[in-house]
Amino acid sequence: MFSSALRCARAPLLRPTLLRQTQSRLASTLAVLEAKEGKLNVASLAAITAGTKLGGSITAFVAGSSGKTIAEEAGKAQGIEKVIYVDNAAYDKGLAENWAPLLVENIKKGGYTHVLTGHSAFGKNLMPRVAALLDVQQISDITAIESEDTFVRPIYAGNAILTVQSTDSTKVITVRGTAFPAPAIEGGSATVEEGTDPKTESPTEWLSEDLAKSDRPDLGSASKVVSGGRGLKSKDEFDRLMPPLADALGAAIGASRAAVDSGFADNSLQVGQTGKNVAPQLYLCAGISGAIQHLAGMKDSKVIAAINKDADAPIFQVADVGLVGDLFEKVPELTEKLKQ
Amino acid sequence: MSSLRILVPVKRVIDYAVKPRVNRAQTAVETANVKHSMNPFDELSIEEAVRLREKKTTPVEEIVAFSAGPAKAQDILRTAMAMGADRGIHVVVEEKDALEPLGVAKLLRKVVDEQKSNLVILGKQSIDDDAGQTGGMLAGLLNWPQATQASKVTIEGENVTVIREVDGGVETLKTKLPMIITTDLRLNEPRYASLPNIMKAKKKKLEKKTLGDYGLDSEVRLKTLKVTEPPTRKAGVKVDDVDGMISKLKELGAL
Repeated sequence: MFSSALRCARAPLLRPTLLRQTQSRLASTLAVLEAKEGKLNVASLAAITAGTKLGGSITAFVAGSSGKTIAEEAGKAQGIEKVIYVDNAAYDKGLAENWAPLLVENIKKGGYTHVLTGHSAFGKNLMPRVAALLDVQQISDITAIESEDTFVRPIYAGNAILTVQSTDSTKVITVRGTAFPAPAIEGGSATVEEGTDPKTESPTEWLSEDLAKSDRPDLGSASKVVSGGRGLKSKDEFDRLMPPLADALGAAIGASRAAVDSGFADNSLQVGQTGKNVAPQLYLCAGISGAIQHLAGMKDSKVIAAINKDADAPIFQVADVGLVGDLFEKVPELTEKLKQ
Repeated sequence: MSSLRILVPVKRVIDYAVKPRVNRAQTAVETANVKHSMNPFDELSIEEAVRLREKKTTPVEEIVAFSAGPAKAQDILRTAMAMGADRGIHVVVEEKDALEPLGVAKLLRKVVDEQKSNLVILGKQSIDDDAGQTGGMLAGLLNWPQATQASKVTIEGENVTVIREVDGGVETLKTKLPMIITTDLRLNEPRYASLPNIMKAKKKKLEKKTLGDYGLDSEVRLKTLKVTEPPTRKAGVKVDDVDGMISKLKELGAL
């Protein structure tokens, strides 16, 4: 009698602290990394950076042919305790049909509280399928972590910032790479362990790919980006003016939707709500008016510079440095002067 | 040869050209008296379904447009029917009970079963919550193949080839029906509904249903704590010439 009354009286007092302790002790994150042709995709390490903001242990996950080699490379990244790998060429192409069961099995086995991956083509394709199989409401493209269950993400093309609290026991999340810079891949000493492989057959077959080849820095992670829009008028002009400017700055090349739709530039260069999100040190754009869908993809850039002949173009409302003028004169002049 | 029974889910969202405003209480984006339209990616889905019918490589038995949303979502369904969908299903869900992508995917799984659909074409994301999840979740729940961010779709019999947009370029996948496709911007150019077709669409069948009809309720996993305006950028300067631009960029440490 007495002891049970005591238990009743003490329980409400004890529970909150106990719960908090248990939660943080149990917080364990699985950071799903990407690899291509046996090489780790460094940009995907953003998932690890995000994981470190959660506290608790971080396990990285890789799969594909030469999975073990990739795991050993990933193991050097700072902040992780363990890398789980699955060595199977069936996972080389990132197909959601066999990756999702693979992840679900390893997530269940490891009992992770958080599963993170980059909001890249790979993550966007795969994670919703994983979330549904786990019966979890995924949180996409987060830009900040407030606590173990509270996350910040842009909505409405970045015109509003949403803070949400998840009630799911496992949080399935994709992270915006530009908001969580990748950690250094040196000095870490994670243990490497083989994961389980359910070997689910994929009904989908990967046939081929056609990737735009470029020696320039990767658009998503470049420190400088030069971007062209409809104002360039043609593919010939785009090719004549933008690459020399990019080379003079050591920058990646981006484009607005209008430029991509008109065939001036490849689809994969599109910056905006439905294209790439970039947040470089310098975003220099020419002939881009600044529609909200475009601003969504670049307005977190450190410094924005714009050249446009229309002094009322919305791009000037976000540009730190604006030059009103004819880009066909100003861009070559800028390129020449930057080379000196 | 098999025929296609296509389901096209569409969403009513704030028009893409409107700059959304956060409400004063910081609980949501202001939606009252704001122009709404069909989510732009969903227009591409309807267009693709209609083009599949027009191409005639695989016969299209039926194109059903679907929406879960407030009463006004039926306007969006009428637009879909004016573009070529044969009929519509509207699950009435009040704005305050709005479903999350997982909820929509669970609902769509039931609709797919009910309608015996073998192809679902969805937009790759809706431009309001920018989640980009519903298609992938539905594929997972049904255990069907998926081709997300499609920019070209070819269907011959049961065989489907899809070119999809990935980081750095495109890739080509081959799979079989039944399957899920989500549309990317470059897939097609949606047609405008002509006036006669708008008039005809008014006579097409539009079924009204509730979540309860499908044995579901609106279950929410994510709690909105607040919605805020993004930080505003400090006003910049206009320079007179290229030299001015270079020196200003140096001053800001960007060069």
